[in-house]
Amino acid sequence: MVSIDMYVALSAILFTIGALGVLLRRNAIIVFMSIEMMLNAANLLFVAFSRHYGDVDGQVLVFFVITVAAAEVAVGLALIVTIFRSKKSINIDEINLMKG
Amino acid sequence: MTSELFLFIVLALIAIVSAIMMLTSRNAVHSALWLVLNFSTIGVLYLILGSPFIAMVQVTVYAGAIMVLFLFVIMLLGAEQLGGVGSSSRWQMVLAGFLGIVLIGAFAIVMLQGNTGLDTAVASSTEITPRILGLRLFEGYVFPFEVTGILLLTSMIGVVILNTSKKKEGDKNG
Repeated sequence: MVSIDMYVALSAILFTIGALGVLLRRNAIIVFMSIEMMLNAANLLFVAFSRHYGDVDGQVLVFFVITVAAAEVAVGLALIVTIFRSKKSINIDEINLMKG
Repeated sequence: MTSELFLFIVLALIAIVSAIMMLTSRNAVHSALWLVLNFSTIGVLYLILGSPFIAMVQVTVYAGAIMVLFLFVIMLLGAEQLGGVGSSSRWQMVLAGFLGIVLIGAFAIVMLQGNTGLDTAVASSTEITPRILGLRLFEGYVFPFEVTGILLLTSMIGVVILNTSKKKEGDKNG
């Protein structure tokens, strides 16, 4: 059986790549995809620990995280489409509506 | 090296490489397709971890539904070529790389200190079947389950409201 440490390491690497994606990319859709990848890294860790401790509750939590992620993506992409309609751009450097 | 360890290492390499390719692809459609590969690989890892239900949900919901939504929006907006990695300013890239290294270093330090208390657990090799998961879900988590339904309904209404054009004409852009 693969040690839990290896799953923690893989999850940490995937999470870091996702965080770098949020910091480096300027395309709002790519930023969203990076957030999905960070959620996935957390889910992987939940399932690994659920297996490690022989506890089902971790997987129930993964179920809820996936549901919330689906709702979040639907609303987020709708917001991106709406912003694109009014600003003709989804570059997050140009979306500074609060500045007026 | 056991076959399970070998399989894990291969899958982990595929997951990391596809994640890096997702990050560095200039074309957003390519990024989305790399992310599909990443999600599918994690789905296989769930199978190795003995949770077939979560694996199937991962493939259908994440690699299927969510990524189709992403691809649809990318193609709808024609946003394929917007903003690659090099488009942010120099100091931002340096700072982001530095912060990424700090984050992974912090993970490594915590792991290498070895006081995470991970070895004390009883490792169970029982597969968690959909039946067990469903029983646990409806025994202890009925209220959160209902709230999830309300959340999905709310987000659906929100999407419909956000994407309904005020004017009947001028609807050509989608």
